[in-house]
Formats: sequence, C-alpha cells, structure tokens
Amino acid sequence: MSNSFPSPFEIEGPEGAEGWEELYPYSSSFSNYRKDYEDNRFWFWDSMHWGKALTPWDATFMEAALAALSQMNSRHYRIPPADGVDFRILYGYAFLSPVGVDPSQIEARVPQFMERAGHYFGNWDSLYDSWLDKVKTTIAEIESIDFNPLPEMEELEVITSGSAIGSGGKLMSEYNRFRDLIMHAWQYHFEFLNLGYAAYLDFFGFCKEAFPSIPDLGIAKMVAGVEVDLFRPNEELKVLAQKAIDLGIARSFDDPNNVSLDGDAGAQWQAAWDEAKDPWFNFTSGNGFYHFDKIWVENPDIPYTFIKDYIERIEAGEDISRPIEAIREERDRVVGEYRDLLGSDEDREAFDGKLGLARVVFPYVENHNFYIEHWTMSVVWRKLKELGATLAKDGLLANADDLLFIRRDEVHEVLWDYYANWAVNAPTASAAHWAPIVERRRAIHAKLDAWKAPKALGAPPEVITEPFTIMLWGITSESVNNWLGSDEGSENELTGMAASPGSVEGIARIIYEPDEVNDLEQGEILVAPITAPSWAPVFPKIQACVTDIGGMMSHAAIVCREYGVPAVTGTGFGTDKIKTGDRIRVDGSTGKVTIL
Amino acid sequence: MCESCPIVDWEHELPTVRYFTARKVDAAMTDHIVWFDRYEQAHKPFVGGKNSSLGEMMMAELPVPPGFAITTVAYDQIWRDADLVAKVNDLLRSIDHDDFAANRVTSQKIRALIEQAPIPTDVETDIREAYAALCTHCGVDDIAVAVRSSATAEDLPDASFAGQQDTFLWVVGADAVVENVRKCWSSIFTDRAIAYRHAQGYLHQAIAMSVGIQKMVDPISSGVAFTLNPTNGDRSQVAIDASWGLGEAVVSGEVTPDNFLVDKVLREVIKREISEKGTEYCLTESGVVEKLEIVGDRRTEPSVTDEDLTAIAILARRAEKHYGCPQDVEWALDKHLPAGDNVVMLQSRPETVWSQKPKTSVSSGSYDPMQSIVSTLVSPLHKKSS
Repeated sequence: MSNSFPSPFEIEGPEGAEGWEELYPYSSSFSNYRKDYEDNRFWFWDSMHWGKALTPWDATFMEAALAALSQMNSRHYRIPPADGVDFRILYGYAFLSPVGVDPSQIEARVPQFMERAGHYFGNWDSLYDSWLDKVKTTIAEIESIDFNPLPEMEELEVITSGSAIGSGGKLMSEYNRFRDLIMHAWQYHFEFLNLGYAAYLDFFGFCKEAFPSIPDLGIAKMVAGVEVDLFRPNEELKVLAQKAIDLGIARSFDDPNNVSLDGDAGAQWQAAWDEAKDPWFNFTSGNGFYHFDKIWVENPDIPYTFIKDYIERIEAGEDISRPIEAIREERDRVVGEYRDLLGSDEDREAFDGKLGLARVVFPYVENHNFYIEHWTMSVVWRKLKELGATLAKDGLLANADDLLFIRRDEVHEVLWDYYANWAVNAPTASAAHWAPIVERRRAIHAKLDAWKAPKALGAPPEVITEPFTIMLWGITSESVNNWLGSDEGSENELTGMAASPGSVEGIARIIYEPDEVNDLEQGEILVAPITAPSWAPVFPKIQACVTDIGGMMSHAAIVCREYGVPAVTGTGFGTDKIKTGDRIRVDGSTGKVTIL
Repeated sequence: MCESCPIVDWEHELPTVRYFTARKVDAAMTDHIVWFDRYEQAHKPFVGGKNSSLGEMMMAELPVPPGFAITTVAYDQIWRDADLVAKVNDLLRSIDHDDFAANRVTSQKIRALIEQAPIPTDVETDIREAYAALCTHCGVDDIAVAVRSSATAEDLPDASFAGQQDTFLWVVGADAVVENVRKCWSSIFTDRAIAYRHAQGYLHQAIAMSVGIQKMVDPISSGVAFTLNPTNGDRSQVAIDASWGLGEAVVSGEVTPDNFLVDKVLREVIKREISEKGTEYCLTESGVVEKLEIVGDRRTEPSVTDEDLTAIAILARRAEKHYGCPQDVEWALDKHLPAGDNVVMLQSRPETVWSQKPKTSVSSGSYDPMQSIVSTLVSPLHKKSS
C-alpha cells in the first residue's frame, strides 16, 4: 500500500482540455508560484459538494464558500488549532486542504477564541434570531436586483428629480451589489457553522470517552432536532398530496409533466401551492452549487412527481405523516438511557451541559442549509440567468447561458461594453469577442466533465484534526488509509461510516444525477456519490442508501435516520465498485457494504 | 420456627460456641406458600436467598418462569415432631468430626429420617394445592418444575454454604414434588453442610430451608448476558452468549457459544460472531435431560435472531436498572411461549469484573463549557484513531 497520493503536478488531465486554467482565477490553480507549498500538502477532491467539473460561475460559489469558511476559523473566531481550508481547482474539480495552525501559535489563540466564540455561545439564540432576519433581508435584496435591459430612454423622473444617474451605470452597480450580496450570504452561512460543529464535537468526544464503543449515530440521535426546516419542503408536499385527494383532483397528478388544475378545486389547490412554495419550494434537486441544479418552483414536474407518489401511498392506506411524537420520545429515551449509564453525578452534569449546548447550536447547523444552499442559491441562480437573458436579448452574448462561461471579473467588461454603447447608441463588440472564447470553454468543460478526478492528492497528514474535515466530509485518518489501500482491498467489500442503523439486502441502483432519482423503484438500494435533501421523498421507497462521501451529519445520513433507512456514507468508491442491478448487503450498524 | 414449636437443641453438641444466634421468628408470618409474583421484601427471611432473588426479579417485571416458594414456616412445622427431633439429636451427638466416612453414613441416616417423617397435613395440602394452581396457570396437567433448595440463615454471612443447595430438575407430578421438597429440606444435613457448620461454629438451627418450585423452561436456545462490553467496560452495550438447548452447554464451556454485542440504548446488534456449535442439552420425550450432537445447518446457524437479541438486551438492561449495578444474567428462549415474547430470565447477579474496578470520572473537575471546547479542539478525538 502506498502511503501517498500522486502529486497535483503529476496528474494528467483529459486530452483536448488544454488551456482549462482560463476558466478560473489564476489564484485557484496549482502553479509554480507556490509549488513547494502545494506539493507538501494533502488535497482531497470534495466530490460531496462539487462532484462535477465546474463552470466559471460554479467555481465562483465554491470559492466564496471556502473563503468564508476559512475566514471564520482564522480571522473571526481564532479556532486555536485550525486556520482555513485551502482550495484549488485541478482540471475543473475542487480540491481542498485543511490548514492547521503552527503548534507554537495555538496557545496564544486560546484566549482570543474564548472571548470571541464565548460571545456567540453566550448569545446564541438572539444572534440566531437576527441571523434569520439578516438572511431573509439578503434574499429579498437579491430578489430586488434590477437586471432588466437598459431602456430606450430614461424615465422622466430621472430628469425631474435631478438625479443624473442613468440606468447603464446602475446596471453595473447592481452587478456589484449582486456580487457583494453573494459574499454576504456565504459569510452568513459560516457565521455559526464552525462554532456549531465545535460544540457538537465537544459533546461527541465526551460520549466517546464515557462509552468507548458508542456508535456515532447514537450521539447524532441525541442532538438531532425534531422539527427541522430542511424537512419542511417534503412535509409541504405531503400536505399538498392530501389536499389533492380531499379536493377530488388526485387524478390530475397522474402525469406529473402534464398537470392541469381546472375549476374551483384546481384553484383552491393552486392557492395552497402558492402559499407553500415561498419559501419552501426554493428547493434544489442538487446541492445548490451548480447552475444545472433544478429548483422546484421552476420545475414543478419534480415536486408533482413526488406528490403523485404520496397520493398513491395515501390511497393505498399508508400513513405518510412524520411521527413527530414518536421521534421526540425516542430521542428522549436515548438521552435518558445514556445519562443513566454514566458513572457519577459530575459526569451527568457535564453531559447535561454539553448536550444542552449542542442542542442550542444544532438548529442552526441543520437549518442553514435550507436558507443558504437552497433558498438563497435558488434566487442567485435565477438572477444570474436573468442577467444572461438580458445580455443575450440586447446582443451582447449569442446565448443567455454563455454567461456561465464568462468569469465573474470578465462580466464587468461585458457590462462596460453594454453601458458605453447603449450610451453612445453604437454597436457592441461583446458578442463577437466572446463567441469563440465561450465555444472553446464549453468544449474544454465538456472534456473536463467526462474525466474522473482522483480522490486525493499529495501526502496525507499523520492525523486529521480539522473539525470540518471530520464532521462534514467524514474524512478521518481511517478513511484516508482506506482510500490509499482500496486497490488491494476486497473487490466485494466497502467500508464507510455507520450512518443509519439496520442491515438489509437488495438490488442496487446507481444514481449520478438528480434527474435519475425518479428511476428508483420500490425496495431498491440507492447508491450515489452524494444525496441531496430534496431527494427526501424517495427515501420511503428505498431499502438502504450508500454514498461515496459524507459524514455522520451529511444530508444522506440525516435523512436516512429520519426515515429509519440503513445508510453507509463515505465509502469512497461505492459508485465505482457497485453496478446497477448488483445484489448488495448494506449494514448501517457496522458501516459495511458487501456486493453479493 | 415459632415460639409454640419445640426448639431443636443441638447446642450442647458443639465443643465451643463461637457463634450463636437464634433465628428471628416473626409470629405474624404463617404462610407456607409465597408466590414469586406476590413476593415482598418482608418475605425474604422466610424464602431464602435464591427464592427472594426470583421474587425480586418478578417485582422488577422481569419475565421469570412462574412458581412459588415453600417458606421456612412450612419447614419449621416438621420439627413439631418431638420424636424426629430426638432421633436427629441422638445421631448428631454421635458424630466424630474427624471420621469423614462415618459422618457420611450419619448424614444419610438423618436425611432418611427427615425424608420419611410424615409432613404435617396442612403443609402438604398447601404444597399440593399450590402445585395444582401452577399447573392450571400453565395450562398443563402435570407441569414439569425445578425444585430448588433456598437456604436462609439470617445473620450468617453465607447461607449457601451453611446449607446445601440441592436442585432437582424436570420434576413432574404432585407426589414427585412433595418427595423432592423433603429432599431439599433434608439437604440441610448433608455431610458437607454439617462439617462446614461445625468448622465455623454455626448452630444447626441457625439454618432454615425454603424450597422454590418453578416451571421448567424447555429452551430453543439459552445463554448468558453481561450488561456491559467486557472488552472495554462500555456500559451502553450488552454482551450476549447463546447456544442451542439448555444453558448447561454454555455455562459448562462445552460449546463455544455464538457471541453478540448489542447496543442497549439504540437496541441494535453491533457485533456478531457465529461459531460452530457441536452439542446441546435437550429434554427427551421421556422427560430426561440428554446431551445430543447437533447435526446439519443448526451447527453453524445463529442460535438467536436479532429480535431475540434485542429482547434479551432490553430485559438485561431492566435487571441492571432494578439492581442498580451491572448484571450477569442467565436467559432462555422458551419453546412453549410465542416468538417475540419468549425470553425468560433464570437468574441475575451482579457483574464482578468491571464493577470492581475503580470508577474514573469522564468529566475532569467541574464543567466549564468553553474550556472543554478548547481542549476538544486542541486534542481532537480522531487523533487516537490513526
């Protein structure tokens, strides 16, 4: 077994992708400028969030997210042992590398961390309330951005008010505002998250010490919330399914691609839909990071398909409601049992304190995903597409989606061309300038997208200590060793995180794209690189779930526990080794997957 | 013994009296029978250690096979017979404590006297009625029972040695029950028990004998359970050993049992090791326990299902909760009870290995949230797993 992954400088990309670096900022590429630094680090491909080759704009949000994450660790809260998570794009794929703090500096950061993080822990609830306000305001502001085509003539009001500021300049300002608001949203995303994970890890460590063999999911069960915003979209679908039955229009959903809502009943149902959709159907079929992710409000056939499924279940006499009381009772029982088993009152006091804090922080950990990845990003992509449409309409771009292949810094030049020649009332250069560039970039991107990135690069550290790497990505010293040894490992066995208990056998179906989710048949086992929360409606159908990447708190793990479906996450190679139609055994209690 | 009964006086028979106690007699207690499911703490001196622990398990709503205790009040009645007392005292007086062979003969003579002496009618009627009631309860004409001696010796540190603990299994029918009850009574005078009391300077009358009558379990499989993980002392898990048939095979070590680890909080089977099981003890048609070779797939099949394991774990946890410390439990899956509701507990006693280790606190000192988070971040858990 090798003890190192290939150097990023040794990787050969796909043929025909030469010049791929121009799709991304130079600062995001591996290069000779910092070869020593880059070559001495461990980089893992974050296929959990960025499993597909990035377009320039997909890359923008990856970079915004990683910079915001890093900034909270390093500059805001001074997490004693952890600075940021460095990021690079190699042949279109996002590689991350946690940056530790020089051991001699850790001590000095402790009082800084205690003061700063202490403020957040001490005022969590009120800060979270204002967080919700901030995020909703930010979303509303993004919605309000005006990317309309420039007018033939300014409104008279511009004249009479003596403002003198015209629409062309305003459009450039709006674009700047758009970028600023995106940056804000991503900083909000990580405002609490790192601290939330720290509190969770503290409780986690305590439990592991008190109960040396406690499964991770035992700990997760004690902390997990019962009413979580992330489950709301799915719950709203169930309500709408019931409503369709009550109104006698259940058959209208038989063909989800052709739903006609006629008459009074149809109108009543439509009204219920309208009420639920904002915000709950600003829900993406992916993870919110890609331009191609489908958002429910814009693609009602997706939620209609789920509604059709629910209608069938209700009609078959199934109770599809979430047993909130039972879930709450089970959680209380688990907590009570562990608490009872502790050896002393002193331990019980610490247990209560740590669990209490973990529960205070956890609503944020669970809910931020809906507010940022789903809601905010739905609006962001919509706005970006609006801008593309405007530029195409006025002849700056050949196609609206050409904008996706123009980097965020390059867009300024397009807007300047638009503004200047709108002002002069003369021909623009952009369409001709960008057509060949965009064509080349599209071809490169297609090559990158067909290529399979390596799991990791460089030499792994002896130990992995960065809280995010462990919690969210599920990358531990074990899993890295697992990846290293996988070539020699058994062809028929995979090991991952025991994320949701139970053991079942069944037929596997590999799902790479959110669009394929509806291919899943009753009783199959879902095998995917990663799952998205919006796949929740298919979880009652499946017997088990296996993912390539993801930890105890990944979406697949949370949703599977919720539905009582066994899950093994972070297997590394599930979608490589397993083929659709294979009979497999998934043991979500031990983290083992066997191809039978 | 109540005050109206003649005290059996063997006192002068001892060379020196190093220990003396008169058994406390509660005049209010007159019952010859105490049903396990009506057991109360106050019954303890009258039913002995073994019976009271079964009664206590019932009180804790643990599924103990049904049965009853014949109290020491009943036992005391046989000593109303002055002739019997005189004859036993004569034999005891004749003992030379250095002549072991002669002692065995004397012991046999005393036991024969006790086993042949007529039982007071009221006592015998009570025993027969209770057995009949047990048969009715189980829906079987002559239910097979275990007849167990359960010695009691208040103020003596170890009643189990001071009185012999005889057990008779698969006893069927009222006559056989009565006969074996007398054998249990007489087992107070085994040669070993006499010698032991002599050596310790205990009085013979310090010991009284209660007898337990309990429905036999004809198990599909049986085994033991520890309410902690024996490899690391983790109290959130239950270790379960299981094999086919009666528990003897597991307890005696004749088979390598299937071994499981069950999470008692999450109620999930965490680890399973299925071994090849060569022999089992079973009840044959004729009501005799036999050692049989296991053939076919059963040798390598798990001897319990996951549902069984969860049920065993839940019951073991209940015992642990009731007694307030980790337990070592004997259990069986009763053939004659419906699946899913067929786990019975035969015994529960304190676990000794981990329970004797000094307890270490997980929380070092008083809890300080920020300090705690800092130390978690600085020395993260997964360091240990590299």
